[in-house]
Amino acid sequence: MSDEANKGLLSPLRRKLLMGMAAVPAITMLPRASFAQAPATSAVNTTGLAVTDTEVTVGILHSATGTMAISETGSIEAEKLAIEQINAMGGVLGRKIKFIQEDGASDWPTFAEKAKKLLVNDKVAAIMGCWTSASRKAVLPVMEQYNGMLYYPTFYEGLEQSKNVIYTGQEATQQILAGLNWIAKEKGAKSFFFIGSDYIWPRTSNKIARKHVENVLKGKVVGEEYYPLGNTQFNSVINKIKLTKPDVIFTDVVGGSNVAFYKQLKAAGIDLSKQALLTISVTEDEIDGIGGENIAGAYACMKYFQSLDNPNNKSFVPAFKKMWGEKTVIGDVTQAAYLGPWLWKLTVEKAGSFDIDKIAAASPGIEFKGAPEGYVRIHENHHLWSKTRVGRAKLDGQFELIYETADLVEPDPFPKGYQ
Amino acid sequence: MFGDYSLGDLGSIFVMQGFAGLILFSVYVLMALGLAIIFGQMGVINMAHGEFMILGAYVTWMTSNFFQSYLPSLFSGYFFLAMILAFVASGALGMLVEWVLIRHLYKRPLDTLLATWGLSLMLQQAYRSVFGAREVGVELPQWMLGSLHVTDSIEVPINGVFVMCLTVLITVGVAYVMYKSRWGRQVRAVVQNRIMAGAVGINTEKVDRYTFGLGCGIAGVAGSAFTMIGSTGPTSGQLYIVDTFLVVVFGGAASLLGTIASAFSISQTQSTLEFFLSGSMAKVLTLLAVVGILMLRPQGLFALKVRK
Repeated sequence: MSDEANKGLLSPLRRKLLMGMAAVPAITMLPRASFAQAPATSAVNTTGLAVTDTEVTVGILHSATGTMAISETGSIEAEKLAIEQINAMGGVLGRKIKFIQEDGASDWPTFAEKAKKLLVNDKVAAIMGCWTSASRKAVLPVMEQYNGMLYYPTFYEGLEQSKNVIYTGQEATQQILAGLNWIAKEKGAKSFFFIGSDYIWPRTSNKIARKHVENVLKGKVVGEEYYPLGNTQFNSVINKIKLTKPDVIFTDVVGGSNVAFYKQLKAAGIDLSKQALLTISVTEDEIDGIGGENIAGAYACMKYFQSLDNPNNKSFVPAFKKMWGEKTVIGDVTQAAYLGPWLWKLTVEKAGSFDIDKIAAASPGIEFKGAPEGYVRIHENHHLWSKTRVGRAKLDGQFELIYETADLVEPDPFPKGYQ
Repeated sequence: MFGDYSLGDLGSIFVMQGFAGLILFSVYVLMALGLAIIFGQMGVINMAHGEFMILGAYVTWMTSNFFQSYLPSLFSGYFFLAMILAFVASGALGMLVEWVLIRHLYKRPLDTLLATWGLSLMLQQAYRSVFGAREVGVELPQWMLGSLHVTDSIEVPINGVFVMCLTVLITVGVAYVMYKSRWGRQVRAVVQNRIMAGAVGINTEKVDRYTFGLGCGIAGVAGSAFTMIGSTGPTSGQLYIVDTFLVVVFGGAASLLGTIASAFSISQTQSTLEFFLSGSMAKVLTLLAVVGILMLRPQGLFALKVRK
């Protein structure tokens, strides 16, 4: 698809969006000319999805209960906000979005079951959902068998691509490589100590990071350590870090372990303003639990920070806080989840249809200029082109943007030379 | 692996590693004590132990918020009050649970496992509804952060020292109560022979309730102390429960000394292996060793000789 056509489609949208977020009530009062011209349901829905003349139903599938509720709550909130904003602007092809929310309950078979329910019983036009790779892997065969469309928000290890999934988070190379390049250049870092939780995402990420450090940066990995999920004692590995004195500690520890790790790091007298630490697993959400005073000075490699200074984000953050409370924070994945409904809307409008096959085919090239992270575009491989950013954690739990790539980074879920 | 390092470096690392082991030991004892009392003295398998700990952590969080808002001048000392409140809150909840749930199940020990597991799920969801699904950050007074600077390369974490002192205090307290006080004698009498104890005039129901309450209260204090080293969220209690059971079962259910010995051996093995191998590997080997020893000694390290 040509860029001109895209701009024609999107620039009025963007204007409307920027204005609309500040003045949603005003917009709802406008007469909706678009409704009169809404295309006939029989034309835009040839496969029997839950689309009527006035409504279209989508599914939200996250864990609202169980261990993962800590992380997935933000994604649910962001998706609901996006849907509300899209509805305030007149919906999709003249139809309001209605959502059915299902609870995956942090249990992977439940995710698969609920996805099937959403697709088979509710005939939803798209699903915004999943968070852990394990839940996505459980849902994937269901999406492919019943031909659904999943918008998946989390940064993840890559090595996957499906017609039925749009990955709105970063795959591993997008998240890691630019950050390592930056810290190697900025801090002259030569030696790295890796520490992660023991499951697929940290192991794959560290494998990619190790190849990059050894082959591209010509540095050395002086330690690579994994701890079981939920581990709360890190004193031994902290001693090893003290012994090997790495230039950079590179971490992908997740969940409750994260809190324990940073508290104990601080207690052991490691000063993060002197010892460089680069993490790919701590967002504003996690700092809430860790405490700003325990992690201030650490660098995080993400694509979005709540503190980003751009017009889209300046209207997104207040809108989010207005809906979910002044104290809520917005992490990288929350922002990526917010992209899901928008990208789906833009794709449906470009395809002129809710049919899954047409959406899958129309997705590559879709641009979203209203993204809080700035600008994103869907790649042929159904991942997003997006920038990589490095932020430094501050005492108040926010990140200060230190570095961002000049251009969008190409998603590469099957990186050659890194496997 | 040590070829590249100077003797001084190695010396200080071994000192620090020794401390790491001792801290892990204190943490294990602290989290296992409450369970050891309940499991050992009453035969109740309390799967909700972790949730009682997290109640203590949430109480600490609320106390910290209260002091920040209303008594900022006394903030540096709030932690001591928080621990007392945590003990009271968890203990009270424990007594309530004993009265509503556990006392009906004394004759069916396996059912207590299911019942308390269900209780743990209910408590988790209750925390999630009340405090939100996200983790909360407990702010600590400045003096509890950071480390004691001994030499240039030896630094001792203050929170670790704090946990060690607390563990010693509580262990001594529990030992005194159980083995020296009148009430402790009653508890042990009930354990050894419930019917006879009742016959000589001990109110066994009351003893049960207070024992359960004491165990849960200690869990609350442990949870309060662990806000210094770990996370506070609705499901954080789950992080501790496996290690806790491991320590108690390995030590021999009915013995306080066994719990301490078991915590010591598991923590030292774990922390030494962690240093030479990776974290996951250390855990696997520790578990294997424990399983192996339990196959040879199913009753655990120390077991009271009870007439069957």
